[in-house]
Amino acid sequence: MVFARLYAGKLRTRNTPSNSAATDAKVRKNSGHTSVLSAVTKAMPRKPIDLPFKLEYVSILDENAVIDKSMEPKLSSDQLKTMFRYMLLARRADERMLNMQRQGRIGTFPQASGHEAISLGSAFCLTKEDWLVPAYRELAGMLYRGWPLETILLYWNGFEEGSKVPEGVNDMPMCVPVASQLLHAAGIGMAMNIKKDNHVVVTYFGDGSSSEGDCHEALNFASVFNAPVVFICLNNQYAISVPISRQMKNKTIAQRAIAYGMPGVRVDGNDILAVYTATQEAVERAKRGEGPTLIECLTYRFTPHTTADDPKRYRSDDEAKKWHQREPLLRFAKYLEAKGIMNETQRAKIEEEIDVEIKAAVQRAEAAAKSEELSDPLIMFDYLYADTPPFLMEQRNELEKHVKKNKKLKQEASQKKSPSPAQI
Amino acid sequence: MTEMNMAKAINLALHEAMAKDERVIVMGEDVGQDEGVFRITEGLHAKFGDTRVIDTPLAESGIIGTAIGMAIYGLRPVCEIQFAGFDYYNYHQLESHAARFRNRTRGRRTVPMVMRAPYGGGIRAIEHHSESREAIYAHTPGLKVVIPSGPRNARALLHSAIQDPDPVIYYEPKAVYRLFKEEVPDKMETLPIGQSQVARKGKDITLVSYGASLRPTLEAAEILEEEDGVQAEVIDLLTISPLDASTIVDSVRKTGRCVIVHEGPRTCGLAAEIIARINEKVLLYLEAPVVRVTGFDVPIPYFSKERAYLPDADRVLTACRDTLSF
Repeated sequence: MVFARLYAGKLRTRNTPSNSAATDAKVRKNSGHTSVLSAVTKAMPRKPIDLPFKLEYVSILDENAVIDKSMEPKLSSDQLKTMFRYMLLARRADERMLNMQRQGRIGTFPQASGHEAISLGSAFCLTKEDWLVPAYRELAGMLYRGWPLETILLYWNGFEEGSKVPEGVNDMPMCVPVASQLLHAAGIGMAMNIKKDNHVVVTYFGDGSSSEGDCHEALNFASVFNAPVVFICLNNQYAISVPISRQMKNKTIAQRAIAYGMPGVRVDGNDILAVYTATQEAVERAKRGEGPTLIECLTYRFTPHTTADDPKRYRSDDEAKKWHQREPLLRFAKYLEAKGIMNETQRAKIEEEIDVEIKAAVQRAEAAAKSEELSDPLIMFDYLYADTPPFLMEQRNELEKHVKKNKKLKQEASQKKSPSPAQI
Repeated sequence: MTEMNMAKAINLALHEAMAKDERVIVMGEDVGQDEGVFRITEGLHAKFGDTRVIDTPLAESGIIGTAIGMAIYGLRPVCEIQFAGFDYYNYHQLESHAARFRNRTRGRRTVPMVMRAPYGGGIRAIEHHSESREAIYAHTPGLKVVIPSGPRNARALLHSAIQDPDPVIYYEPKAVYRLFKEEVPDKMETLPIGQSQVARKGKDITLVSYGASLRPTLEAAEILEEEDGVQAEVIDLLTISPLDASTIVDSVRKTGRCVIVHEGPRTCGLAAEIIARINEKVLLYLEAPVVRVTGFDVPIPYFSKERAYLPDADRVLTACRDTLSF
């Protein structure tokens, strides 16, 4: 009796899940009688929970440029050529930026070489009205969306103007704090639903970012609110030096989709046709009102994380070499050649055009950086609030005085150095 | 004119803002059917429905992060963080993104959103439900921080915050929610953000405060008048960032004495900033060192001792008398 009453009390105070109320009532009822607890037992065998879920790996064009004809997306020759052009542009720009960084002409930056298929294959599925919310290794996709290369160069050269989204481009600027941008994408998707706009958002994150709380919150929000968002993970298997095995125990990132109740798929991230196909399916689903998708693109960062790191400290040359052979451009070039869309001569011509294009962009970026407008330090105060509050104007004036004084001193110094006509 | 408490006045502002502008979205934990743990969102869900009054998952970073996306997409989200003690989860989204988008995109992406959160002690709440950390936000460039002190200014300031083109932290002193009633005009009104108010005119000493601490400050000012014949001028900040230093400076130039009262911890608190502004502008007008009456530099104690932690009229009075007799 006493035991039964205690037991009942315990059940009442604990915040028990599911059918506790019924059990509670039964126990309470029983506690008033002399009967024993065994009267309310029943067999409850463990049952498997049926989750309607499949997880697929998609590869259409393999590292030897062998194509699965049944899966080949219907893209015109022009579209395929455009794809190649932007991939190559991004690759060459990345290489050029590395040179510039070594020469001290831009700052530290994360190289994007080897990741071209992911951002471009997915950006290719978007219309102008759709949104792209990047992390920082989506150079190819951003160039395709209409970000001028000189803007990106300005970003890595320490100018906020590099985040100034070009007029008419529905994108967000690059985002450095990993995974935090995923929530903005989820929010934009939620807003599309609220405003009844039939658009989609594509957003990107890395394998390291997948450990961040914001990644979980973004996937969960997007799923709960059925937001039209395509989450694309660039799984390059290293977060700076930490391998994926230290990031998670699960086999794939794609399988997390099961937990969020959304479709998930893993694709060969070096196969632009696979990325395109998977994203296209996800975009169509989102636009049909069927919510978000998680796409994991398996790839490898055969460059360092940024220009400030040495990958030899944490991974073997053999591994890098192996993945280098799987890189996305070579197989795509072979595929285009086999299809008779682009031969060696045509490819060389594209290379030449790209070279000219990059040179011009570098010139424009460096000219802009030196321009009076962009080199004026006072600009740091001018965009913080819609209206600059008085206390900030005071600080602006303070810096202005300092800048003017320094300018004057410099001018005076240079006048002293240059000999006057009389001295000559 | 209708008499109402501050909780009702904030609720009224939300109703008015949602009716006036369909871009306004209210989102947060339990703000929908439950109408908020302090009932601040009462009637909104019933009136405006699921689409505009959103019960979110329990995730503060998620709330603020998605609100940033919504604001950039053209909506005007008003987020409720259930208690300010939990807004550290979302601080990163505010500091790294909401506060920076206009600046870093040179005006191409802006974040017109409001984060509302009940803050401060005085209601015998459990651990993590009584913090006063407004200084963190005031220390963050790109944010505005508004703290009402009563029903009428709460309603007006919330309208200003929602209409503001930039992100605004709207901290609600929860001890004031149902503390007193006040006449609130029938017509919708706003108050300029970045402007303080003189809550009581005086010539002998300047008292500066905001939020829930304004009550004991005013109380002390009355006692000073009755018992000491001293006329204290009381300034209610209303906005703590951008700080309206000129009202304080003008008053101190006149009185030469100043006491600053807030319940947040002392070190690097608002009072420290105000003293710096006074020193910069009117140091030589001072007749006595400026005194701080604040929360102590310890976590706000569990509620058995919170009264001892929070500034009360007696502590303010003692500080004033010390300053006056310096």
